[in-house]
Amino acid sequence: MSISLDEVRHVARLARLQLDETEMLSLQGELNALLGHFADIQIIDTQGIVPTSHAVAVQNVWAEDVPLACLPRTEALRAAPYSKAGLFVVPMIIEE
Amino acid sequence: MRDTPTDWTAAEIARRVAAKECSCVDVSQAFLERAERLDARLNAFINLDRESVLREAEAMQARVDRGEAGPLAGVPIALKDNISTRNIETTCASKILKGYVPPFDATVVERLRAAGAICFGKTNLDEFAMGASTETSTYGTSHNPWDPSRTPGGSSGGSAAAVSASMAPVALGSDTGGSIRQPAAMCGVVGFKPTYGRCSRYGLVAFGSSLDQIGPFAKTVEDAALIAEAITGHDRMDSTSLDRPAISTRDLKSASLKGAKVALPTEMFGDSMNPGVVEAVNRALDLLRLQGIDAREVSIPSIRFGVTTYYIIAPAEASSNLARFDGVRYGPRSEGEGHIGVVERTRADGFGREVKTRIMIGTYALSAGYYDAYYLKAQQVRALMQQEFAGVFKEFDFVVSPTSPITAFPIGSLDSDPLAMKLLDYCTIPANMGGFPGISLNCGFSEGLPVGLQILGAPLEDEKVLQFAYCAEQVLPDATVRPPLP
Repeated sequence: MSISLDEVRHVARLARLQLDETEMLSLQGELNALLGHFADIQIIDTQGIVPTSHAVAVQNVWAEDVPLACLPRTEALRAAPYSKAGLFVVPMIIEE
Repeated sequence: MRDTPTDWTAAEIARRVAAKECSCVDVSQAFLERAERLDARLNAFINLDRESVLREAEAMQARVDRGEAGPLAGVPIALKDNISTRNIETTCASKILKGYVPPFDATVVERLRAAGAICFGKTNLDEFAMGASTETSTYGTSHNPWDPSRTPGGSSGGSAAAVSASMAPVALGSDTGGSIRQPAAMCGVVGFKPTYGRCSRYGLVAFGSSLDQIGPFAKTVEDAALIAEAITGHDRMDSTSLDRPAISTRDLKSASLKGAKVALPTEMFGDSMNPGVVEAVNRALDLLRLQGIDAREVSIPSIRFGVTTYYIIAPAEASSNLARFDGVRYGPRSEGEGHIGVVERTRADGFGREVKTRIMIGTYALSAGYYDAYYLKAQQVRALMQQEFAGVFKEFDFVVSPTSPITAFPIGSLDSDPLAMKLLDYCTIPANMGGFPGISLNCGFSEGLPVGLQILGAPLEDEKVLQFAYCAEQVLPDATVRPPLP
């Protein structure tokens, strides 16, 4: 399986990364090299093996519904590049 | 032997501070002086603020004077810079977090302070812990104390170098595919990754959430165990935290090697390994056999597919975890067209090359049409690997191997081959896939460079792994040798 430049562009869009043509080309090369190596696992017979997403299975974690102290709003906003009136500021998303 | 605090182990520092033989401030001062002198050459620290260290040391001394010396009283501990520290910049060695000052402490930091430790600076790492050498850090690479022209390994290379050079007696790192054990091996110190879930990840900037685990670097197994005891135990702030007590050091010194059943996977002693590394490990195994270990070769075939499985699963998780860096809540923001444009530009400017590559791999592996072939398949191989290791742990107490296929390599020497660096995780990855506890300790040298011995145990057998490592340390003559630094 090899990845085309169009696919690189599509994946970059999904990953929200703005890449220039040079970066796209060099990433295409690197991704293809790695994906070529990754082909090795396709030969393993995994029929009937239940996939796992965890190292040590933990299920149904419950906690008492007790309110704890939380960060003051000013603290939570302190690291934001732009904030106003106690809110995070982002560019307009819905046009008028 | 000189008798200065920088030669002492953490256990010794805590004992002397509690006995009022020296003060927390004296100890911190000694380490600050050494670190400031050596770090110009080694670049182990991203941030080491003399004032804040001394302030903490003074406050801790006041506690000691009130009779409240904890088990780590006055012990300075360096922290990998992906562990959140309140009011101290936490950058993950990335431009995208430049200037970020967390409003909270990671659980491990709270627990270390409660035990009496002093936060001693933030150490260098590969950007977002993605790498095996610290070379992807936006703050430049760290250098290996045994040979500054070589890398200290990674990703927790700064922590490993700091402990190896006695700039700090102990340090914390994080291990997603070997990022504690591999640099520990390359710098000749002890590095321990607890069972997944025994140490809270709250406040560790997430890379691969199902793989990440925080753990200690130390000069001795005893020190590593003391730190592990302080930082582990259930934490309600991490939903993957196991409801188990902290790792106990009570029986650390009461075990013996006699009769210990040790599996040696042929996959970790074969062609993929440097012969000098294998020789050093075999010499160490001979010494351990004299003490009565019962070591036998086994085959664990899925080990060969660990690197591929890891380089699908970890980037997949990373691509999701790193979506939060969008220039809205923290970090610098770039100009761009509309909200999406701003996010895309911010991420393009803020992430380095390796991080972008991994986000791209992960996004691709999770995208429609490729999910089954890559991500699902990798999760099945992960399950297969867990089954194979579970079978081995039914018959054996430990799985022992080299920690890294090679010793510390020259800076820049693996740049041209994107795969070469990734193969360095070959022996360490299985422990993350299965959540096993694993430790690396120095077992000898190859061409003057340290060689790590890795000991893995079944999940939750952290204490047993530490006991075995402690016993091994007593009989391996090079286990606690330090680099010749001024």
